[in-house]
Amino acid sequence: MEWSWERIPAEFLVTNVRLCREGTLGRRRGFLHVKKGRIETLGVGTPAHEGLPALDGGGLVCAPGLVDLAVHFREPGFEEQETIATGSRAAAAGGFTAVVTMPDTDPAIDNSGMVRYLIDRGRETGLCRLYPTGAVSPGRKGEAMTEFGDMVAAGAVGFTDGSRPVANGNLMGNALKYATMLGVPIITHPEDLTISGKGVMHGGYWATRLGLPGMARAAEDAALFRDIELARAAKGQLHVAHVSTKGAVEIIRRAKGEGVRVTAAATPHHFSLDHARCRDYSPLFKTNPPLREADDLNAIAEGLADGTIDAIATDHEPHTGTEKEYQFDQAPFGVIGLETALAAGITWLVKTGLLDLGQLIACLSERPARALNLPVGRLEEGAEADFVLIDPEREWTVQGPSFQSRSANSPYLGETLTGMVAATFLRGRLTWRGAAAPGGR
Amino acid sequence: MILRSKDVLGLEDLTAEEILGVIDIASRFRAVFDRPVRSVPIMRGRTVVNFFHEPSTRTRISFELAEKRLSADIVNFSTATSSLSKGETLRDTAENLAAMKIDMLVIRHSSSGAARYLAKVLACSVINAGDGAHEHPTQGLLDIMTMRQRLGDLRGRKVTIIGDITHSRVARSNIWGLTKLGAEVTVCGPPTMVPSGLDRMGVRVEYDLMRAVRDADVLNVLRIQLERHSSRSFPSNREYHRMYGISAEVVQKLKPETFVMHPGPMNRDVEIASEVADGPRQVILDQVANGVAVRMALIYLLSGGDPGALAPAAA
Repeated sequence: MEWSWERIPAEFLVTNVRLCREGTLGRRRGFLHVKKGRIETLGVGTPAHEGLPALDGGGLVCAPGLVDLAVHFREPGFEEQETIATGSRAAAAGGFTAVVTMPDTDPAIDNSGMVRYLIDRGRETGLCRLYPTGAVSPGRKGEAMTEFGDMVAAGAVGFTDGSRPVANGNLMGNALKYATMLGVPIITHPEDLTISGKGVMHGGYWATRLGLPGMARAAEDAALFRDIELARAAKGQLHVAHVSTKGAVEIIRRAKGEGVRVTAAATPHHFSLDHARCRDYSPLFKTNPPLREADDLNAIAEGLADGTIDAIATDHEPHTGTEKEYQFDQAPFGVIGLETALAAGITWLVKTGLLDLGQLIACLSERPARALNLPVGRLEEGAEADFVLIDPEREWTVQGPSFQSRSANSPYLGETLTGMVAATFLRGRLTWRGAAAPGGR
Repeated sequence: MILRSKDVLGLEDLTAEEILGVIDIASRFRAVFDRPVRSVPIMRGRTVVNFFHEPSTRTRISFELAEKRLSADIVNFSTATSSLSKGETLRDTAENLAAMKIDMLVIRHSSSGAARYLAKVLACSVINAGDGAHEHPTQGLLDIMTMRQRLGDLRGRKVTIIGDITHSRVARSNIWGLTKLGAEVTVCGPPTMVPSGLDRMGVRVEYDLMRAVRDADVLNVLRIQLERHSSRSFPSNREYHRMYGISAEVVQKLKPETFVMHPGPMNRDVEIASEVADGPRQVILDQVANGVAVRMALIYLLSGGDPGALAPAAA
């Protein structure tokens, strides 16, 4: 059988690619041999598999399928913003083969039936692996604990109230303790609401100048400090969803050094864009936690480089164009990120010399998978053939109509980024083929 | 051509020359006030919409008077509810207004940046009559006009702005305008009301009232926005008055020629003692009168009025 993008065979080779594994990008060209959805073999040089259909990778990077620890797919309840189908398509277009969904839907994902519903919808769509998290509290109201055990049995990989912090310290402490027996993490959105108050952007010079209420760094740092101490006491596993301040990076670094079981993720917008972006009152830059200052951006990049921050997660939060048409203070928080994460990483971390491409890809695949104990993110013999082909040099300009997501609230609109996903494969099946794919589109 | 832009959104956007140019025209309009017939036919046949999305009395009346004295057709449109709660975006509002072919829009809105947004999407001129805690350029201009009437050139003059800087659009407009004209601006208030990064706007920050007012030529006392302090930034009105209120005792320590301004409405005996508010140092009613003149000047200039066609200001 011949190779063809339109009809990809069950067994095939991808040749002439640079393999990226365990944070290292191979110098020599190599190959990947896929058989029935698994990686049969892989290695450098030319494979000795005569007669198999082969895709000439033309020197592209072949990396594990990317893993996103925080996406908001909005189904059920907010399908006008995103559905599991459109979100999965956006994931595939961004090179992701696994995503962890946040439970802030309506109704919230707070029981095993809802967890099963998400998993089933993900399977039907078939474009990426969907790992649901369950809500810590029924309705995400922060009052009591949901049935963690039942939800884990149904497939939940962790618990969080999503973009709402668990304000009650006693509940958070108990959740951390209870989750230890199930071996799953509690994912925190660290924010002391009594400190952040009515803030709509980072509390600093630009908020002052623009006359917008600010959110102090202390709102994140104080809440995170509380959660770290609760995790220490509970011997529980805490995952920090989106680190945005230099103080938080330092708190996590110190806690890790002291043996607290804490992992963390940072979003591309928090290492690439600062609060000055809000200067024209565009709600496309309104997100929570907010875009911060240069010091914070540098601290996050350093944290990714030294492993303090384990992963890059997008916190993909779609909103319709209408919602983001409101005035800055009235528009909802959140930006999308699945389709720009890799390019943002290459543009702001690799091209600037802060990380090499291998490290960046590890931050988007192996490291996040390890942080949440997910059995994915590896490019090795015997593993399922989830992989992505990347052209790390290709420049492109971010434009609304090209998004696969149902929403286009990207803070990178109009920005020229470097690095493009050429093709994404899930279990050996093509889920995305982009303009950078060999042979073009 | 005094103004470069079709809109006046904030003093941050205006140059020193533009500010002085507007004040010069406003001074000429002030002269019209003393005539038996206080209107001129400059804006006859033009339509101005006053879109007040936030409660306002004096600014709205001041704009309305300015427009009437220029003989414009006026439509007043006010709503205290948010567009979000009504389900209408500012863009919808803008598109409706644009479809009605108006010549000018005066907007007061509780959201910072609202005026800028409308200016971007509307072909007509937009005047910001106060947006959130961002800017209140006409108040800034009338304040500066009032200061110049007393002090002349403001270069090197010391202006102290006192009070709730965090929530004050008046403070921001004053800071941009005054620093552009070379004044030395000090802001003073409790640290809970002075936002971070303010020093980067070219002002000195002082928490001690007496140090802040000692050498001042002007005290610009801001209204404490009691309604915005849900989690109080100060313990009580009484303590605020004791620490930051402009009382007769404070005034006694000022230079003899120092005068006191207030954008109104005043919380008497909170930020300003009644005896100061009614006393010889205050120029509050001058500010109010200048407000109408400044607004006439802006409307005149934005509608293409020729500065040369007006009589020169009395010296």
